[in-house]
Amino acid sequence: MSILVDRTTRVLVQGITGREGAFHAARCREYGTIVVGGVTPGKGGGTTHEGFPVWNTVAEAVASEGATCALIFVPPTAAADAIMEAAAAEIPLIVCITEGIPVADMVRAKHYLAGTKSRLIGPNCPGVITPDQAKIGIMPGHIHKAGPVGVVSRSGTLTYEVVGQLSGRGIGQSTCVGIGGDPVNGTSFVDLLRLFNDDPETRAIMMIGEIGGTAEEEAAAFIKAKVDKPVVAFICGQTAPPGRRMGHAGAIIAGGRGTAAEKMRALEDAGATLVRSPADMGATMAKVIGR
Amino acid sequence: MKIHEYQAKALLREFGVPVPAGDVATTPAEARAVASRLGGRVVVKAQVHAGGRGKAGGIKVADDAAAAERVAKQILGMKLKTPQTPPDGILVRSVLVEEGSAVDRELYLSITLDRARATHVVLASLAGGMDIEEVAARTPERIFREWAHPALGIQDFQARRLAYGLGLAGEPFKQTVGLIRSLFALYLAHDCSLVEINPLVVTKDGRVLALDAKLNFDDNALMRRKEIAALRDVNEEDPLDVEASKYGLNYIKLDGNVGCMVNGAGLAMATMDIVKLAGGEPANFLDVGGGASPEQIENAFRILSSDPSVKAVFINVFGGILRCDRLAAGVIAAVQKLGLRLPVVVRMEGTNVEEGRRMLAESGLALTNADDMGDGAKKAVALARG
Repeated sequence: MSILVDRTTRVLVQGITGREGAFHAARCREYGTIVVGGVTPGKGGGTTHEGFPVWNTVAEAVASEGATCALIFVPPTAAADAIMEAAAAEIPLIVCITEGIPVADMVRAKHYLAGTKSRLIGPNCPGVITPDQAKIGIMPGHIHKAGPVGVVSRSGTLTYEVVGQLSGRGIGQSTCVGIGGDPVNGTSFVDLLRLFNDDPETRAIMMIGEIGGTAEEEAAAFIKAKVDKPVVAFICGQTAPPGRRMGHAGAIIAGGRGTAAEKMRALEDAGATLVRSPADMGATMAKVIGR
Repeated sequence: MKIHEYQAKALLREFGVPVPAGDVATTPAEARAVASRLGGRVVVKAQVHAGGRGKAGGIKVADDAAAAERVAKQILGMKLKTPQTPPDGILVRSVLVEEGSAVDRELYLSITLDRARATHVVLASLAGGMDIEEVAARTPERIFREWAHPALGIQDFQARRLAYGLGLAGEPFKQTVGLIRSLFALYLAHDCSLVEINPLVVTKDGRVLALDAKLNFDDNALMRRKEIAALRDVNEEDPLDVEASKYGLNYIKLDGNVGCMVNGAGLAMATMDIVKLAGGEPANFLDVGGGASPEQIENAFRILSSDPSVKAVFINVFGGILRCDRLAAGVIAAVQKLGLRLPVVVRMEGTNVEEGRRMLAESGLALTNADDMGDGAKKAVALARG
């Protein structure tokens, strides 16, 4: 078991004729993911790109191939539209990698999604991987290992770092999900904590948060109320200055709110095991699950 | 992105939001000319990207054109120091000269994103002229909020509720309702991340005016808002930040002496944290991005080492899309061009790591290798101490 994706997931890549889209579609396929093809408006219709069939619309691709997941590499100003097109075609899982989508576009896209059956992961995220089954995103597949720890994170490379530390200790992962570094995103920590808590093969949860917003505080409240599995948490940005956007659009301490200290306190109060140093994430999880 | 008050007020005028008559001046003589055109009492305001100008001596009243020239002379060229500026202040290069207003009431209005609700929120406060965070903490009952529908925006009834909350009636009430609608239209049309009118004033003759105006913009939207991007004033930014942004690098200068070069924002923040935990202070945040080219790495390295306070460089990369061999190529090229003036600690992991390590070893450069990020931070901090 795992959450969100597995070896039966059928992936459609939106923006497949772009450099990033084509490159990562091929890497996902190499990992073993079922990539059914892609969509690029104006370039599809009986055509192929690097061995992948290409359609003009998501609806056509879904009708033809029965895709269950959309992976989006569309450029920032068109990405919100791509998300809505995938939702309109009733694709259950939409993973948006695109970085730099204007916030106002995401406000509209999120509202649009609320009336559909689709779940959005991201944007501005590395994607989702269930080790040895499906890699749907841009993460380096080879660092992962199947096992009992669910990983959820707002960051990309910091997720690779924690996965590297876990796999290096022989601790595998059930599923790893990057929820993205933007202020408005699809799936929250809370949604994923719920899924991991209900997944029989996830024994413990590794959560990586960062400064800005209140998503970690909401996660803490949920952990306190509903999560019965051990949670190990790290919050990055403990040394970030207020008022500056630290790379991610969402990583900013504004009006004295959203500091790492507040988030760490909330998570600790909720019973999570806090990691102070990012070098100790894997070791702390090992201790918590008795490895 | 931030812009100056005079630029913000020009945008407000375009959207029909009333602002005091006035114009920008870059010399005392220009200030005098603007003041004599306006006639009567004027206010001379330093144009810098920071709040708290009044207390710092950056805003002065002048009774006539000659006085306006005198105070403009004092303000122009001064290094304005407020709690929001760097410690040594910002050089004032221009002033806004405006007609004076006879103020009856000072109120507050702003529009921004409410992340938790994933939509835009309009805030109104009875405590104009005060910091909104402070008002929210001390007297939350003086603040009123209306959340915009994500697709349909703010409705008239919501603008009316805010105006009633502000205790307005008659002509000022009507003007404020219209003003809220106009501000919201501006906020959306230009992809603002913040519109703040503090204070919004009701004058003694019953007019509603935006006496101050702060507009910030969503950096992600600037590529479709060319006319807004053109308002950027790089004089207000740290020169190294400006240089880095030319190469698509995310760089923020900080106060420490350990230069950090990292791929990915989260890992970059975590690297700053671990430097601090190792007893050092990070000199910067630097995210070279997921798919950095050897040229970007080279430029990043050059920018880092041009900061005189940097005593050691810590390169921490977990290769995903950014392959370790490309990182190594960039570092080698940079060091060959610039020389190895500083100790450099390299920690890399991930895609093509063996190839990257081999390239660095064979380059013959005196780099320090680290086994993991904890080890790297310790070594970099020790080297920075000398």
